[in-house]
Amino acid sequence: MAELTLPAHSKIREGKRWPAPAGAKRVKTFKVYRWSPDDGENPRVDYYPIDLDKCGPMVLDAIIKIKNEVDPTLTFRRSCREGICGSCAMNIDGTNTLACTKAIEDIDGEVKIYPLPHMPVVKDLVPDLSVPYAQLSSIEPWMKSHSPAPSRERLQSPEDREKLDGLYECILCFCCQTSCPSYWWNGDRYLGPAILLQAYRWIADSRDEATGERLDALEDPFRLYRCHTIMNCTRTCPKGLNPAKAIAEIKRLMVARR
Amino acid sequence: MADATPAQRPRPLSPHLQIYKPQITSIMSILHRATGIALSVGLIVLAWWIAAAAGEAPYFDFVSAVLGSWIGVIALAGWSFCFFYHLLNGIRHLLWDAGWGFELPQVYASGRAVFVGAVVLTLAAIVIGATVW
Repeated sequence: MAELTLPAHSKIREGKRWPAPAGAKRVKTFKVYRWSPDDGENPRVDYYPIDLDKCGPMVLDAIIKIKNEVDPTLTFRRSCREGICGSCAMNIDGTNTLACTKAIEDIDGEVKIYPLPHMPVVKDLVPDLSVPYAQLSSIEPWMKSHSPAPSRERLQSPEDREKLDGLYECILCFCCQTSCPSYWWNGDRYLGPAILLQAYRWIADSRDEATGERLDALEDPFRLYRCHTIMNCTRTCPKGLNPAKAIAEIKRLMVARR
Repeated sequence: MADATPAQRPRPLSPHLQIYKPQITSIMSILHRATGIALSVGLIVLAWWIAAAAGEAPYFDFVSAVLGSWIGVIALAGWSFCFFYHLLNGIRHLLWDAGWGFELPQVYASGRAVFVGAVVLTLAAIVIGATVW
């Protein structure tokens, strides 16, 4: 069921306002969601004024600077800093994206940073992604074949390989997954855009021989059909992929095989 | 074995509707649902009017007067917009179901077309309605 407001223990209170850096000319304030499991308090939003003349261009540069120079308790995930690992996915300026590829100068006014929406928070900007990972394993994201193993690679024509473009590039950052209102309200049973795009990646693969079983597993009012083509997923994907289109292709295959 | 970790507060739910930027994709989707609900209510009113037409003349005149009052006219104009928006956005959904129009520029363009089309058709309905009336 749609629960439109936050539960009492998740309500956000006003947090700490850090002092502005001395002598800075270009100051931008970063408002960052904070929660620690250790202090028994509700989540809060802290204000960090940052001197842009002494900061790298991306939002990730700013939060690394905050952690290194202002407040070492700030917790977030990051790794590759070039948009390929998906670790630093978070809600920045109202939409989900990767902190490492989001330029600070593209954001007007204060930079608001929250964890990926409607997820349990482990600490600060770190969400618990156990459910989406379990959903990913439920669609068995590997190639399945019933025919005898060939003595060499399984060949694929350039045309068939092209069908995987726009699918294989997904880095599983779950920006789309957690942008979807339908996933917010039914995330326990609806698989969500990221997982369905992965499911379609294997359905569309000419080498995979389990298309029928994969479609059987998705033929369900919740797992697939809670997609209402809201399109927030495609709108937010930091890799420019189109989960909504992949889901529509699955729905079409469901109809085509009737 | 002693429990090594002390009891912790349950994990908070990260904010969602409260912080997610409204955008044409999500606004048009929720509006589709809202207009659908409004039309369900409108259907009861329509049924009331038709049922009245099958009954006594004074009662039909009363129902027509209610619907013809300024509140009634505003409500009918609102339902007209709901009808045309729901109809046009429904066609947009049919095209999506056929696999068309999934690129973001197309999504925005079809969304704008639905908005403009619904407003134009509503105004046309009001003009035609007022002329006939």
